[in-house]
Amino acid sequence: MTRTVKNLTLKVWRQNGPDDKGHFETHVIDSITDEASFLEMLDVLNERLIDENKEAIVFDHDCREGICGTCSLMINGQAHGPQRATTTCQLHLRSFNDNDTIVIEPWRASAFPIIKDLMVDRAAFDRIVESGGFITSPTGGAPDANLIPVPKPVADAAMDAAACIGCGACVAACPNSAANLFVGAKITHLNLLPQGQAERYKRAEAMVDEMDEHFGSCTNHGECSAACPKEISLDVIALMNKDYRSAKFKNRKQLSRK
Amino acid sequence: MTMLQDRPTDTKLISKVPDGALADKWDNFKANAKLVNPSNKRKFKVIVVGTGLAGASAAASLAELGYRVDAFTFHDSPRRAHSIAAQGGINAAKNYQGDGDSVSRLFSDTIKGGDFRSREGNVYRLAQVSVNIIDQMVAQGVPFAREYGGLLDNRSFGGAQVSRTFYARGQTGQQLLLGAYQQLSRQIGLGGVRLFNRCELVDIVVIDGRAAGIVTRDLLTGELTSHAAHAVVLATGGYGNAYYLSTNAMNCNVTAAWRAHQRGAYFANPCYTQIHPTCIPQADETQSKLTLMSESLRNDGRVWVPKNFDETRAAHEIPEQDRDYFLERLYPAYGNLAPRDISSRAAKRLVDKGLGVGPLKNGVYLDFADAIGRLGRNVVEERYGNLFEMYERIAGENPYDQPMRIYPATHYTMGGLWVDYELQTTIPGLYAAGEANFSDHGTNRLGASALMQGLADGYFVLPYTISNGLAPLLNKTVPGTDHPEFKRVETAAKARFQGYLDIKGTRSPDFFHRELGKLIWNYCGMERDRNGLEKALTEIPALYSEFKTDLRVTGTGEGVNQTLEKAGRVDDFFQLGTLMCKDALTREESAGGHFRVEYQTEEGEAVRDDENFCHVAAWEWTGDENNATRHEEQLSFESVQLATRSYK
Repeated sequence: MTRTVKNLTLKVWRQNGPDDKGHFETHVIDSITDEASFLEMLDVLNERLIDENKEAIVFDHDCREGICGTCSLMINGQAHGPQRATTTCQLHLRSFNDNDTIVIEPWRASAFPIIKDLMVDRAAFDRIVESGGFITSPTGGAPDANLIPVPKPVADAAMDAAACIGCGACVAACPNSAANLFVGAKITHLNLLPQGQAERYKRAEAMVDEMDEHFGSCTNHGECSAACPKEISLDVIALMNKDYRSAKFKNRKQLSRK
Repeated sequence: MTMLQDRPTDTKLISKVPDGALADKWDNFKANAKLVNPSNKRKFKVIVVGTGLAGASAAASLAELGYRVDAFTFHDSPRRAHSIAAQGGINAAKNYQGDGDSVSRLFSDTIKGGDFRSREGNVYRLAQVSVNIIDQMVAQGVPFAREYGGLLDNRSFGGAQVSRTFYARGQTGQQLLLGAYQQLSRQIGLGGVRLFNRCELVDIVVIDGRAAGIVTRDLLTGELTSHAAHAVVLATGGYGNAYYLSTNAMNCNVTAAWRAHQRGAYFANPCYTQIHPTCIPQADETQSKLTLMSESLRNDGRVWVPKNFDETRAAHEIPEQDRDYFLERLYPAYGNLAPRDISSRAAKRLVDKGLGVGPLKNGVYLDFADAIGRLGRNVVEERYGNLFEMYERIAGENPYDQPMRIYPATHYTMGGLWVDYELQTTIPGLYAAGEANFSDHGTNRLGASALMQGLADGYFVLPYTISNGLAPLLNKTVPGTDHPEFKRVETAAKARFQGYLDIKGTRSPDFFHRELGKLIWNYCGMERDRNGLEKALTEIPALYSEFKTDLRVTGTGEGVNQTLEKAGRVDDFFQLGTLMCKDALTREESAGGHFRVEYQTEEGEAVRDDENFCHVAAWEWTGDENNATRHEEQLSFESVQLATRSYK
């Protein structure tokens, strides 16, 4: 088996804190194998920077299996890089050609302020979930798990939406920095299930209203779904909009009291 | 009662397992546990460190009860914890399939799977509450797999003859964690839990023998802060990253547990680590972690290596007579489905001999050609399509055309902080839950049992046992963060981090981590022997002293500095690694994941020594990692007969 070795030029965004202006820094990576993952290439670069007594590039990452949603990166302007349905941590250098120049940037969205270098703050996602992205079910009060049958197609569709890893690629890819795919996925997951019905409309309303506090508006570009490493469908946005509209009608009484 | 040893249990290691028949113990505990009345609960503050399955479920449940909870995670969001990566499923004794399952059977499978080195009372309780977990998670909206009739589906898993595993595609851990995270988020929104994200525990404060709080480091600013509480829960996961390469996430570490150990908590069975047989082998020196391929692949894949040492042909060109299907040859009854530890060791022995495959000759083949021939490509794709895709993404080879290459990797650690029946460590007021404690899996964890244990501890055990611990503290003053001990610990932590920056040596923390990992893997991995372990106990300290003089951390202590974070974690892995080897050296038997070459049958099976080692080894910190003191908690078995595992 032959092992391919590549030379790459990286233009990496460096920004020493939220208030720093930031700039691109160019690094040449010599003879790295195809077997290395994108983040392993950054590991190699960081070890070299430490060798040169320089500060390592800060980037978020953890599981490196494409499931925790911690890693990010705009790679040549694409969220998570060129490979379909693949997070940055699962991207390998075989997706690039010898002597390529690769531009590496953080997620760019005002709701995701840059902390340092390639690391951003995605806490707005947590605020949205806190506002209603749950089924109220205190520990110990649950009925038997098989009490309420859930049709398989419903369970499967809920699972499709629940596969979201909360990485923020949808927001980064969106020209308006909208979070509709993320929020739609959570609303769809919970609103499809029988267990989620009691809070269905309250949930849709609370989450969308919270989302609007942080993110831009959706104009149906579909970039979000194309960038999504879990290939969440645009359908989730349709269901979210439908439930939000219903919520506004159903909750008119409460609204008038505000 | 089988009591094999007449050696005494150490006085600090009283398990507090309640009296009564095994099935009544947990009820008896709950009947006698002290309670805190609802209006008094808000007078108590509980700190929960870690927001994986155990931590998130504990924090949410305690907040629902009315306790004031502070939850800490070093991630940006609680949803990132590594519980999320579990693929296969979660066991529960629901017996929905009517195939003969019961609480007692889940209990005895778990005890046997752990090779009779876990505590009966704890394991029985785990099996009992397993059924509540499924109810709880379904109510929360976890989209478990379902039959066409709408009822829950189950699959079978290793070490069991019943189908009791609930699953959500290959993402069960993710869905369960998101369930617990959402419940936690609700409490954060309601103000019941204060969340501290990107905030790492750096020490535990013990005042007058009781856990009084913690000191944390804000990973964004480098600032150290003290937090006082009536009780502290550590749900900080396992220490598999001591090996450097493992299936753990990059940031998994032992720091919280290790700091607890240094503050007086005994560390139990550190040498009990689980090596999973089907991971993608290391591709080159830059590799940072290993990825697990689900064990289910062995249902249809055949494991083999070439017979010739100088084999150069591609896999499909190697004729049948030149292949060694070694699992089928060595374990005809179980074949390719031999248990995790057995399969792992068989692969290692052949690779060590030089028969490995792949560019680095560091794997064995897992071949689906026969399955594709027998079942057709469609069926194989239906069963394993997503796994094949994942393999191709990582290894760059198409497993439909050429066999997968696999090799064992560290996956889970059964050892951890010693806890009693109430999950309390030897420091009163300090609890440990999930993978961070040692209690339920003995020397070998069964598949789909880690998720079960994490959620059992967090949802259904800690809320009861913590009130029992807190009730006596009602209206008593506990030390606040103005106590001088908090300042002292904070100052020491600050000095420790400054110390890493001041060494100004030449090697990065990753360099030392990699070198340390190699030592622990070679000497305290799949096979251990006296010689190797003794060698490790001189080589690790030697490397450690190099670490202390030649480490280089660039940047400063203020602001984000991931190199500095890493340095602290590697420091703790050095000390833990020493203890792992010491524990492995002093446990002169083979059991489950702990295989001592000296103690095996002629066929290479593990030989347990129930006369002398039917105990938990719990280590006490003495101020020097090379001189920890070993204590014993004797294990007794009322309801199961100690037997030898056999897979022939």
